Amino acid sequence: MDFKLTEKEEALKKEFETFFAAEMKNAPPEFENGGLEGIYNSDEGFEFHKTMARKLGERKWLSLGWPKEYGGLEATIMEQVIFDDVRGYYGAPGVCGFAVGMFAPTLLAGATEEQKQRLLPPIAKGEAFYCQGWSEPDAGSDLASLTTTALRDGDHFVVNGQKTWTTGGHKAEYLFLLARTDPDSKRGKGLSVFHLRMDLPGIEVRPLLYMDGKHLYNEVFFKDVRIPARDLIGVEGEGWNLTRQTMNFERSGAGGFSGAKRMLEDLIQYAKTTQRNGQPISQDPTARRKIVDLFIGSEVGKTLAYKIADLHQKQDFMSLITAASESKLFSTELAQQLSNYATEIMGPYGQLDHGEFAPIGGSMVDLYQFSKGATIFAGTNEIQRNLIAWTGLGLPRLKFK
Amino acid sequence: MDLDYTKEQSMLRKSVEEFLAKECPFDEVREIEDSEAGYSSSMWKKMAKLGWMELYFPEAYGGLGDPFGDVAIIMEEMGKKAFISPFFSTVIQCGLILVEGGSEKQKEALLPEIAAGKRIMSLAQLEEEGSYLESGINMPALKSNGGFVLNGVKMFAMDANIANQLIVAARVAGSGVTLFLVDAGDPGITCTKLSSIGKDNLCRLVFKDVAVAEANLIGKIGEGWKILKKIEARATLAKCAEMLGGCAEAIDMTKEYAKQREQYSTPIGGFQAIQHYMADMLLAYDTSLYYYHKVCWMIDEGMDVATEISALKAQVNEKFKFITERSVQIHGGIGTTREFNIGLFYRRAKAFEYVMGDTDYHYAKLVAALDL
Repeated sequence: MDFKLTEKEEALKKEFETFFAAEMKNAPPEFENGGLEGIYNSDEGFEFHKTMARKLGERKWLSLGWPKEYGGLEATIMEQVIFDDVRGYYGAPGVCGFAVGMFAPTLLAGATEEQKQRLLPPIAKGEAFYCQGWSEPDAGSDLASLTTTALRDGDHFVVNGQKTWTTGGHKAEYLFLLARTDPDSKRGKGLSVFHLRMDLPGIEVRPLLYMDGKHLYNEVFFKDVRIPARDLIGVEGEGWNLTRQTMNFERSGAGGFSGAKRMLEDLIQYAKTTQRNGQPISQDPTARRKIVDLFIGSEVGKTLAYKIADLHQKQDFMSLITAASESKLFSTELAQQLSNYATEIMGPYGQLDHGEFAPIGGSMVDLYQFSKGATIFAGTNEIQRNLIAWTGLGLPRLKFK
Repeated sequence: MDLDYTKEQSMLRKSVEEFLAKECPFDEVREIEDSEAGYSSSMWKKMAKLGWMELYFPEAYGGLGDPFGDVAIIMEEMGKKAFISPFFSTVIQCGLILVEGGSEKQKEALLPEIAAGKRIMSLAQLEEEGSYLESGINMPALKSNGGFVLNGVKMFAMDANIANQLIVAARVAGSGVTLFLVDAGDPGITCTKLSSIGKDNLCRLVFKDVAVAEANLIGKIGEGWKILKKIEARATLAKCAEMLGGCAEAIDMTKEYAKQREQYSTPIGGFQAIQHYMADMLLAYDTSLYYYHKVCWMIDEGMDVATEISALKAQVNEKFKFITERSVQIHGGIGTTREFNIGLFYRRAKAFEYVMGDTDYHYAKLVAALDL
């Protein structure tokens, strides 16, 4: 058993820390408390995201783990996790999760050579921003029941249907789409993956505002949208397998845990420097208990993230699926606990989300709202629990009708 | 970074597992629980023969000098079997105290005896208030005739009823907490077994004018708390290992039960309500286990783990209870019976919560560590 980072890893960690500490000083006020809201809710926030992306691209940090021939560094999974860890701690934007975290691995796993050569470099350079075309109004957790079609018409495919929960659809230039290329197919059969431009005729993007009024999500409508056939990724009809391959991998959740740790540090600072009932809040036994709960959660969670890296290194993919689901569950529920405890500790100030009286810039009440989404998106926590029960414990899978 | 056990460690685990599977089925555990002695002397001798007792003892005293993490593997496997023995009180708690605080003479005399399975020892620290703190140790040790005299009551001394010797924490006026090596058979000591949820050897000890020679001090006068603190992390880690073994077995047992028990013509493990309970249980176990691995590694690397060990014990205290409670729930009515094995673990979780500090104790330590 050895938890030590190598000298190279330690040096890299320092390099990441120096970079993010310096760059985060340039965050515009509109970036607010960061996260997806910071990136997508304002033009200034998105510009900051883009600037950071280009800087990360120059350092090849968006393509850390990729093969060198596509502009990657062939970094180890451990080095990638360290990057996520440090970036999460600083709450830094610049990594388009949809391009770097989802579509690039899909391309690497199943695209043609021509597609890899054409589509990967702009992602690596931090110049291509994507949104995700998976969920539909009637296909959420049961994604394989989706009905949007992409039917072949000569050297094009014609898309009709609707996608929803399209985070950043109003900012991204590109979308990766999962659609039914065989109209008579059911469930996972007959689905294909596409790359497409968001400015194609027939695409309409409508905002779907979050409960706090911020603009993250969109609905995207497709009416006879024509995609060149060369933008079908991989093999026609094999989109479901390709999608599933990349759903769970390489998500250590390290960034989520280090982000929580940073917010906990802010909370402790607040509790020590804020007076209530004649003493600092940090002296209050109830507040202390809550803070220690959060401390234990963030300590324990971080080890889970590194365990995932270790499983990845050892190519133990079954354990990895379980651990990735565990990480998603644990990190998102920790975020909810953190934001709830923090806003309780703040007393009536816990409800203020902006302005001079809002503690810690209103970050905790922001998180109280945003973290509610996190236990739902990217595979609801109920779906994660199913996966853990199936892969981790071998309990019987759900039977589909 | 490499988060796997070494080949040697895996072999050790396998041998412990095989031995306990053969020698100590759950029926045997229940018998031990119901017996007055509360342990199996024949098992104890066999364990000694296998070399478990001297594993981490320094080579100078006949030990194998293995890293402490190895002995934690044994504890983990014992935890899986809900096994009861004086291993923790004798080898872990008292063994560590002797290694860290004992004189050359004491180490030479006692460690080989422990290793040979010829000596059982018990730590008498807690008192009637039940406090885990230094301030909770108030039994007076009065100087007399070049030695000391102990008077008072000790509570929750594990295995004192079968011990040859006790290590007693008492207070010397003006100098503070001091550790004394005392013959358990001293006529001034009355030992009573306490009936408890763990059905183990928790004892109450009454000391009446028990004389201790100066040669039987462990460490110097007033050094007792320092020694207890010095062994705290390792002893706590070992207990956590045992508890995590219990978590693993409870989950395994419940998983098998859920696959085989049918209602509505289908295994109950196919119901999402059960799957979600079990996913939460596995999450609680896996996360605790990985953190335990980290703390174990830190200890073997000689790092300071004062903060981490408290986070770990608090975590494991709560998760062992959570996992065993859900386990019984999933078993349904049968899980609440004496004949069914899951109840062993449900009871252990509560009993072990109090060993080496309860959750509140460790929370208080974390409050201090976080400088709140």
